[in-house]
Amino acid sequence: MKLLEINNIKKSFGDLEVLKDISVSVEEGEVVSILGPSGSGKSTLLRCATMLETMDAGTLSYCGEEAVRDVDGRSVYASKHDIKRIMNYFGLVFQNFNLFPHYTVMKNVTDAPIHTQKRDKAEVEQEAKALLDQMGIGDKLDYYPCQLSGGQQQRVAIARALAMNPKILFFDEPTSALDPELTSEILKVLRLLASEKMTMVIVTHEIEFARNVSDRVVFMDDGYIVEQGRPEDVIDNPENERVKAFLNKLSK
Amino acid sequence: MKKQSKSIIAAAVLIGLLIPSTMTACGFENTGTGSLGWFFDVIVQLSAGMWASLELFFLTLIFSMPLGLLVCFMRRSRIKIVGIIATIYISIMRGTPLMLQLLVVYFGPYFLFKTPLSTEYRFYAAIIGFSLNYAAYFAEIYRSGIQSVPQGQYEAAKVLGYTHSQTFMKIIFPQMIRNILPAVTNEIITLVKDTSLAFAIAFVEMFTLAKQISAADSNIMPLFVAGLFYYIFNAVVSSTMRIIENKLDYTKR
Repeated sequence: MKLLEINNIKKSFGDLEVLKDISVSVEEGEVVSILGPSGSGKSTLLRCATMLETMDAGTLSYCGEEAVRDVDGRSVYASKHDIKRIMNYFGLVFQNFNLFPHYTVMKNVTDAPIHTQKRDKAEVEQEAKALLDQMGIGDKLDYYPCQLSGGQQQRVAIARALAMNPKILFFDEPTSALDPELTSEILKVLRLLASEKMTMVIVTHEIEFARNVSDRVVFMDDGYIVEQGRPEDVIDNPENERVKAFLNKLSK
Repeated sequence: MKKQSKSIIAAAVLIGLLIPSTMTACGFENTGTGSLGWFFDVIVQLSAGMWASLELFFLTLIFSMPLGLLVCFMRRSRIKIVGIIATIYISIMRGTPLMLQLLVVYFGPYFLFKTPLSTEYRFYAAIIGFSLNYAAYFAEIYRSGIQSVPQGQYEAAKVLGYTHSQTFMKIIFPQMIRNILPAVTNEIITLVKDTSLAFAIAFVEMFTLAKQISAADSNIMPLFVAGLFYYIFNAVVSSTMRIIENKLDYTKR
């Protein structure tokens, strides 16, 4: 089943056309990495998909439910009520974590499920403990974000997103605020999630990271998808000149 | 930190006790102006005035802080006209002297509607004038506090399904409070001293009394005592605020 389907999305900021015509879909259980140079539009694509940015044209649906439909070439959003429900299908992990600094680790993870999904407190807390254990930070429940390392904070952020029980999890450059050492911590977590068949879309700069975790790599440049396929094909034997140039620059 | 404020208070009390004894030691008489008995009499009188100052102070805080939040919301409103009204309000309140505002609040009804000026209204006019003025300053402090919360916090809240009001109450407000505390402390300390401006509408608070006694007895000591009262009260205010700041500081746990 297609969990996420985006068709012909367009997005401009003023005169700057960032997304020109992008269609992409993600199957259940798939791990997709979005690669590309800075300014290629990959973060904007992710922000449109998570509805932090409104798209100008194109459609967006989750699990077959339309969040954004097309009316005469313009995007029209579903009702507030429907959007709120659809937003429960996905979670997002930010580049700079965006944990709530005034909440403990535990409260960061449990507050939203309890207060926005109205779930049972005891049940949520039990689940959160299990999640944080799985992330290797089960001993930090009462810590505040500022007392944790970047890698630990990012793992709390992942647990926070997972506690909402999303069907699909987005990552916006999850490791670019981290040391190379800490990057491997996050990679380990992503591998673990992939082994549990979590559907994930990861925007990243790191080629190795993409190669290591993903089933499919999407390469973006200048507002278009220029190449996509299995990581070993796209990364090791790229056909597109721009992909080749980008990978070459990185390997130097 | 705590030690420091304790020693400031101790020093203040000590000075207060030392002044009369030095005065006697320096040959001041024991009765009449300048004597020890006179001095304690001054303290008793000023304490009564201090009560009026404190009333003004606390009531102003109680009214101006929430009112400031309302003005801040208006200023940030998406409805343009509401924002403009709040901006004009803030600009007038900050751009004209508080003393003038007190006079307008006190005498305004009389000139506009010919309502008789009563003594009780003096007290209400002082509270209304101070609250309206301080609300404008608090509104701007709140605004700076809200702006200091990173955009990412709103985005995280949105993705996690918080409603607008939940986002403000649970995520933004606590961080805002923590960020604005030093500025709020500043404002509160200014208010303590500003209460003396109530003399403009002949509201008798501590400083007005001190001036009266000083003039009647041709002695500057009552003014010094008044200064000491303000100083001690502000020392209490700033150490209290410091304790609150430390309590709310989630980066220091």
